[in-house]
Amino acid sequence: MEDERVFSDICGGRLALQRRHYSPSCREFCLSCPRLSLRSLTAVTCSVWLAAYALFTLFENSVILSAAIFITLLGLLGYLHFVKIDQETLLIIDSLGIQLTSSYASGKESTTFIEMGKVKDIIINEAIYMQKVIYYLCILLKDPLEPHGISQVVPVFQNAKPRLDCLIEVYRSCQEILAHRKATSTSP
Amino acid sequence: MVLKVFFPTCCTSAESGLLVGRWVPEQSSAVVLAVVHFPFIPIQVKELLARVQQAGRVGLAVLGTWCHCRLQEPEEGLGRFLEGLGAIFTHEPWLQLCRERGGSVWSCKALGWPMSPGAPSPAPVMLIFYDQRHVLLSQLHTPATLPDPQAGDAPPSVGGLAAVFDTVARSELLFRSDRFHEGPVQLSHWQSEGIEASILVELAKQASGPTCLMLSFLLSLLSAVGACRLFRLWPLPFICSKLSTCEQARHRLGHLTFLFSPRKAESPVQLMRKVNVFFSLLLDVALGLALLAWLRAENCIGQLADALVPVADCVAEELQHLLQWLMGAPAGLKMNRALDQVLGRFFLYHIHLWISYIHLMSPFVEGILWHVGLSACLGLTVALSLLSDIIALLTFHIYCFYVYGARLYCLKIHGLSSLWRLFRGKKWNVLRQRVDSCSYDLDQLFIGTLLFTILVFLLPTIALYYLVFTLLRLLVVAVQGSLHLLIDLINSLPLYSVGLRLCRPYRLAAGVKFRVLDHEAGKPLRLLMQINPLSYSRVVCTYRLPSCGCRPRLSWSALCRKLFFGELIYPWRQKAGKQD
Repeated sequence: MEDERVFSDICGGRLALQRRHYSPSCREFCLSCPRLSLRSLTAVTCSVWLAAYALFTLFENSVILSAAIFITLLGLLGYLHFVKIDQETLLIIDSLGIQLTSSYASGKESTTFIEMGKVKDIIINEAIYMQKVIYYLCILLKDPLEPHGISQVVPVFQNAKPRLDCLIEVYRSCQEILAHRKATSTSP
Repeated sequence: MVLKVFFPTCCTSAESGLLVGRWVPEQSSAVVLAVVHFPFIPIQVKELLARVQQAGRVGLAVLGTWCHCRLQEPEEGLGRFLEGLGAIFTHEPWLQLCRERGGSVWSCKALGWPMSPGAPSPAPVMLIFYDQRHVLLSQLHTPATLPDPQAGDAPPSVGGLAAVFDTVARSELLFRSDRFHEGPVQLSHWQSEGIEASILVELAKQASGPTCLMLSFLLSLLSAVGACRLFRLWPLPFICSKLSTCEQARHRLGHLTFLFSPRKAESPVQLMRKVNVFFSLLLDVALGLALLAWLRAENCIGQLADALVPVADCVAEELQHLLQWLMGAPAGLKMNRALDQVLGRFFLYHIHLWISYIHLMSPFVEGILWHVGLSACLGLTVALSLLSDIIALLTFHIYCFYVYGARLYCLKIHGLSSLWRLFRGKKWNVLRQRVDSCSYDLDQLFIGTLLFTILVFLLPTIALYYLVFTLLRLLVVAVQGSLHLLIDLINSLPLYSVGLRLCRPYRLAAGVKFRVLDHEAGKPLRLLMQINPLSYSRVVCTYRLPSCGCRPRLSWSALCRKLFFGELIYPWRQKAGKQD
């Protein structure tokens, strides 16, 4: 079962939320950001090259031009590989854990898996970001030494920063699975 | 709770048989390790399991049956036979794993699950495929167990997915049995294809014992010579603590004794450290030899020796020009003429001394440089530290200027600060470590004010000299610091770990990641468990070797503060005893 809905992020940009329900105990939420637009890429490249050309006419040294080409190429590669995140995925599997994946534009994926035994709860939190108040989803981890304490707060969808309506959608589904886990673990 | 079955990917195409593995009741998960084929004698299977259990201290059992139907329809007889096996090998829950219709459909039933009678009847089952080879060979780096590598010793302490890794690692004996071996029990599991160049590995293993013994004996002799009393006489330890070459040689000696100690490495972390030290040494010596070959091929040493004296002369001449500029009206500033002349002459005399010293040394320079070049075969780091020491010795005059300037400046700043307190009618109370108010006499105030005025008017001259020589000194320190950075990089780079991460990413595991394979309604959910490799930064952080530590750990603000108050800065580490 799979459906897709369109939401907006805190700046008003477009975000697509894909929900996949594999089974009652396994759900996946996938937030896709808009791809790198050709317009911004062209603008950045042109500005760098124009600046290099201005310097070239000033100093009459062709090293500047080749340096500009290398800087643009390396900058683009670095941006695609380390900065630009295309998709963020939250996979929640009952009694196994929660997996957070962010896929970069170059295809690199960075994954963190949190075992269910460490998860205390999933909540929506409020935070002050620049000059506005935003909401974000986060996972609370148990403190191994102290049963009621929280050792760490792991924010989810850090790059996409979706609005509250999208977060509530994800939050409800996650809570269903967590409630199911609590119900089965307390019964025997 | 959902029942989780961990199933090795290498067994997916195995013939029908029995599932052998471990049941972890706390997480309600069954870790399947191997498949036993038909025909077998139950008592022999039990014997094999008991043997593995004894060797690995892990509770193995027959978990259920595995049915692989290559034909379109499953045979009725086989299904009933497999159900009957549950009576021979009793286990709760009894798994019935089945792959049907050409391998596309998987089904799994768990009899006797859930344990409690009141729970809803068919509990969901999850099939998790894992690569046995990767899980067996990988070393799990969970953040909790990082500081304590011995945590894996106690079986009950591991929890979560670490239990799966632990189970697979402990039942290594099960994987030793050969697939083609005609034994009483036929198993299907991951099988090692043997180590590459295994003859060489075996030879190296045989040779390593005596070599280590001999080398450690030689090293102990060397350290005994180093510890003899002749080297403990007064000037030698002081000089040794200031020369970075000695520090580096001692560091390398420590590495060698660690590497060739006949004791076996206890934990995988220590083994990894040993291999890292070995590769770091190897890289160091290889780079050093390359440098030596290059120096010999290009006859660089002769050119360097010829160039050294003119360069030193040139530097001295530039310094003389600088001093003459300072003695006039530098940058249009009006200085105190008398003090300016005195300081300038003093420094000029120093430069004169220095030049004569260099000319005295010039016949021996080539020989010294040649021996420095030879030291490169001990390793690039030793040669670099020698270079750093030579730079320090060649720029000794700059250091002297800097020290004179800094001392004068420091004196002046301290005098000014205490006179400024007098100016305001206060004084520094030594006993209470604070500033108290104090009533001065008229003549005390007069003398103090007079001295304050004189010091204030002389301050720009001294500050200018101090500034110029501090900049020169900082230049030298920056060169030496970059050399030390390079040395530290070679010393502390965990080359083997980084290479392992590059070529065999699964060996260093930060955790696991899951991928959902296709799912059909009514069938168990199938997941693929993969190893999540450690990131490069964490590899370097975890396995970096301790560096030599001849660099001062000064923050930028502390450095600026020291510079402002005229305290001396050193490229080497200050004695730690002073702070204690």
